Amino acid sequence: MTRYTDAFRERGAAQALRARLADDAARLDGDFRAMEVCGSHTMAIARYGLRELLPPRLRLVSGPGCPVCVTDPGYLDAAIALGRQGAILATFGDLLHAPASAGDLAGARAEGVDVEVCTTPLAALELARRYPDREVVFLAIGFETTVAPVVSLVPRARAAGLRNLSLLTAFKTIPPALEALVAEPDVPLDGLLCPAHVSAVIGADAYRPFAERHGRPCVIAGFEPLDILLGLHGLLAQRLRGEARVENQYDRVVRPGGNPRALALMHTLLEPEDAHWRGLGTIPGSGLRLRAAYADTDAARRHGIEVRPGRPRPGCRCGDVLKGRIEPADCPLFGRGCSPDRPVGPCMVSAEGSCAAAFRFGLLEPGANRR
Amino acid sequence: MCLGLPMRIVELTSEGAGIAEMDGLRQEVDLSLIEDPAPGVFVIVHAGFAIERLDTAEAEARIRLFEDLAASTPEAPPPA
Repeated sequence: MTRYTDAFRERGAAQALRARLADDAARLDGDFRAMEVCGSHTMAIARYGLRELLPPRLRLVSGPGCPVCVTDPGYLDAAIALGRQGAILATFGDLLHAPASAGDLAGARAEGVDVEVCTTPLAALELARRYPDREVVFLAIGFETTVAPVVSLVPRARAAGLRNLSLLTAFKTIPPALEALVAEPDVPLDGLLCPAHVSAVIGADAYRPFAERHGRPCVIAGFEPLDILLGLHGLLAQRLRGEARVENQYDRVVRPGGNPRALALMHTLLEPEDAHWRGLGTIPGSGLRLRAAYADTDAARRHGIEVRPGRPRPGCRCGDVLKGRIEPADCPLFGRGCSPDRPVGPCMVSAEGSCAAAFRFGLLEPGANRR
Repeated sequence: MCLGLPMRIVELTSEGAGIAEMDGLRQEVDLSLIEDPAPGVFVIVHAGFAIERLDTAEAEARIRLFEDLAASTPEAPPPA
């Protein structure tokens, strides 16, 4: 049963939306720069060639919504250090090639560190069960979409009597990052295409303060191509009416208040902390750490390590890409020493990174994104 | 990293867990984060977890809107 994906990829409706967007754009009094916050949107836009359908006045700018891309190299340094001390590192595969200050997890694995790739965090419970004499550390990165599944490990491990499993947390939350982005100079952002599944967790109402405070239209859209085109039409329609509100177009999944079970679990186990984002620096209250009552499952506190900001690779401009200041092909390393096979920066590592999406789908020339 | 697939619950296997299906693919899915899971309910699955229900009435309404849009635009406009 693929109706709920296939029906959102139909050519005829895409052509109709293309015509609507052209009509909208003809009535604008200047360019409109829509930021797609989420890496899954970035990938879908590149994969389906949606830029080809957009009028010149409507520009898409990729935002910082790729968890691997914004993970600081210092976090990976700390993870590799724990692995070298003997811990089994359990991780989503996306992180394997993300650059640490020197090397990456895949390289550490080649040198003998135990790195286990998990498609679900529940696999870490199995590892802890199978190796009762080893420490198992789950590399707990991700936005709100992923947080509840990952932290559910904590009560599950307790219930199962597994005392050898801990989380190295670098969770990040989207609303504080949006606040930090609009405060940056030179970040092009006339409206926000808000993420689909982060919004499923936090709810449509979470963006209302942002829309009201900053006067930027917000549309929550699914990850299918018709969702994205309709979302852009919604943004332009708001602009043309002089509005700035939150329109939830992904109401088949996103409720006004989000997912109460996921939010309750997160609130019970986690508290906000300041977090370091690669490219964006430290953003107050944009991270989540385990509360003191769960310190024994916090890998950093349990093993007495401190995660410090690491060193980005010289010449890499992922930071500017993440803020929408430059496009991937504007980076001097893009395709010249930095490619998905040999990534220098994290935006080229993750399939959802702006640089990887641009490279794989042929946006190779400077300015190609602006079409 | 935030992709999620729409899948249909086909079976509840234990408290908070079940089997979900999409296009012939079946997999174990954790259902502890959604209210009242039951066979036939559509959910969005991310990292092995159902993170929210998919409201099929809303989905069908949106599909109708897209069908109407396609029907109202018989010819594609020339490239911009």
